[in-house]
Amino acid sequence: MSEALKDGPRMLPYVSAITEGVRQVLQEQDNAFVAGEDVGQAGSVFGYYQGLLDEFGDRRIVDTPISEKGIIGLGVGAAATGCRPIIDIMFMDFLGECMDEVANQMAKMRFMFGGGATLPVTVLTMAGAGMNLAAQHSQSWEAFLAHLPGVKVLMPSNAYDAKGMIIAASRDDNPVFVVMNKMSLAMQAEVPEEMYEVPIGKAAIVREGAAFSIFAMGRMVHEALAAAKTLEGLGVDCEVVDVRSIQPFDSETAVASIKKTHRALVVHEAVRFGGFGGEIVAQLQEEAFDYLDAPIARVGAPFSPVPYSPALEKLYIPNAERIVAEVKKVLGI
Amino acid sequence: MAKNITNKTLIDLHSCMVRIRRFEEEAGKLMEDGKIPGALHLYVGQEAVAAGVMAHLSNKDQITSTHRGHGHVIAKGGQFAPMFAELYGKSTGYCKGKGGSMHISNMALGILGANGIVGGGPPIAMGAAFSNKFRKTKQVAVTFFGDGASNEGSFHEAANMAALYQLPCVFVCENNGFGEYTRQTNHQAVTDVADRAAGYGMPGVVVDGMDVMAVYEAAEAAIKRARAGDGPTLLECKTYRYYDHVGVRGMGLTYRTDEEVDAWKQRDAIHSFEALLLKQGVLTAKKIENVYARANDEIKEGVAFAESSPFPTTEDLLEDVYFVGAAS
Ligand SMILES: Cc1ncc(C[n+]2csc(CCOP(=O)(O)OP(=O)(O)O)c2C)c(N)n1
Ligand SMILES: [Mg+2]
Repeated sequence: MSEALKDGPRMLPYVSAITEGVRQVLQEQDNAFVAGEDVGQAGSVFGYYQGLLDEFGDRRIVDTPISEKGIIGLGVGAAATGCRPIIDIMFMDFLGECMDEVANQMAKMRFMFGGGATLPVTVLTMAGAGMNLAAQHSQSWEAFLAHLPGVKVLMPSNAYDAKGMIIAASRDDNPVFVVMNKMSLAMQAEVPEEMYEVPIGKAAIVREGAAFSIFAMGRMVHEALAAAKTLEGLGVDCEVVDVRSIQPFDSETAVASIKKTHRALVVHEAVRFGGFGGEIVAQLQEEAFDYLDAPIARVGAPFSPVPYSPALEKLYIPNAERIVAEVKKVLGI
Repeated sequence: MAKNITNKTLIDLHSCMVRIRRFEEEAGKLMEDGKIPGALHLYVGQEAVAAGVMAHLSNKDQITSTHRGHGHVIAKGGQFAPMFAELYGKSTGYCKGKGGSMHISNMALGILGANGIVGGGPPIAMGAAFSNKFRKTKQVAVTFFGDGASNEGSFHEAANMAALYQLPCVFVCENNGFGEYTRQTNHQAVTDVADRAAGYGMPGVVVDGMDVMAVYEAAEAAIKRARAGDGPTLLECKTYRYYDHVGVRGMGLTYRTDEEVDAWKQRDAIHSFEALLLKQGVLTAKKIENVYARANDEIKEGVAFAESSPFPTTEDLLEDVYFVGAAS
């Protein structure tokens, strides 16, 4: 830490928080290693493994061929036999290449083996639109993963959570996906130097409010906070809940929030239809029906692949404006 | 040089390579100037492969391309104006601005898409080749893919099936020595991707991808063979990209030396071909100049077209997700 910052909060961008989390895990766990495309010499195309090859060597920072099925298989096989792999799938979209290895092997192996196998494997991957990378480099597939019994799914919205979730995931004895966001890499947050965990299965209330609950995932948390600010100007006191843990989902925190506010909206970057927001709405009406004063609104991407054109992508990605508009609709203001 | 090649063919090969190079140089500039968004994977250095292979294909023949696809599109007949418009994200682009650089396609030209997924092309080309055989046409499907892509299961499954069914398919591996920032020796144990052909029961051929005539001749044999119904070939072209993996200068990683890049540039496909054509009297310095001038005019017009074209609108967003209308 530099002298000037000694007494202030220790701010770190999301990208460096990832690096720090991975580095500390590698220091803590002798049988942990990183494997993925261009993770070594290149330090990842997003830059978050910079320096790790020099620090840990190529036994523990393993550059792989472009073979996603092989890469996930490497993680599954190694995890089942005593390693704690950190597997990197550069863009979440590339999970398409290895969905069998994820859905039919990784997710089910322990169950099918009657509990005989333990799979402490962490998968780090990058989701999200906003960089004009078009339909195959911009998707948010967390609902796919959350639908698979046997895997856990986390979505860090900020640098603090990114580090804490990587540590929690790596210490967990189950397959855990940490779905990160490429638009958030430069975003700063206070990040303690020591190791800490963000508990798996716990949502975070990032803004307290009494009149309306907004449940947001990933980068949409920041749009929700901006929306809450606008709505405050309109006299609507919003609570913003960062869902954070998609699987397992923290329904307790969600229900408690509803009991307080009686109205809610869910927002995610993924396509609205069949998105994880639908699951949240279903759970809330099951568990807190009597506390609801209005239907729960949903904001998500339209039912189309992510478009390339900046003109279309801007229309495509949910934002604070759309959240505000939907909240106003619910409230009839 | 092979005997039966007409001067027209030689001149076409040359102008094809020049058009690709100039388009790519300009696209790179426009990206650096912030006029083209997203990620551009440029083809500069590899022009001989697209030109030499595509010289044997008609619009009816199909290709699948890669993330590094502009060269394939141009060699297959792509026009600069709708290409630039696509890169600008305009509604007049080849994909109405929905696809961008990594997804440029045009069915009328037989271009089954660039692809954002490494290894996305070979299975699709194999399927097109299956269709060609099934429909008893004489069309050939050619799939372009990189050395890196040859490590994807999709390539291996497509290769096996193409050989099994004796499909009119040609697998063109553009081995430029790298998958992103990883050198070939660090991503596969073989030196020649073409060796893999033997495992699937098809011929594997290695050719100098910086020599457009060598590519032309090898591709001719492979495509003839496919067209005659004798099955697929794996054609590996050893080549090199001059620019970084993405954009021109890329992320500034040091994964290769300037000396290495310069050594490959010494063998530049366009310059050596020009020297040859000058020596043989096929082209004059003046005529070569004109080829560049024409390409530059095309660029000017294409960029002006792109810049003056409208962006797609909200209505376009939900269009083309499904086919809507009477079934054919
Ligand atoms: C399935 C998949 N994995 C990874 C990537 C990221 N990626 C894009 S290009 C590339 C390298 C491809 O190398 P190669 O096939 O040799 O083609 P080149 O870039 O050299 O033309 C990688 C890893 C991707 N787009 N798709
Ligand atoms: Mg390559």
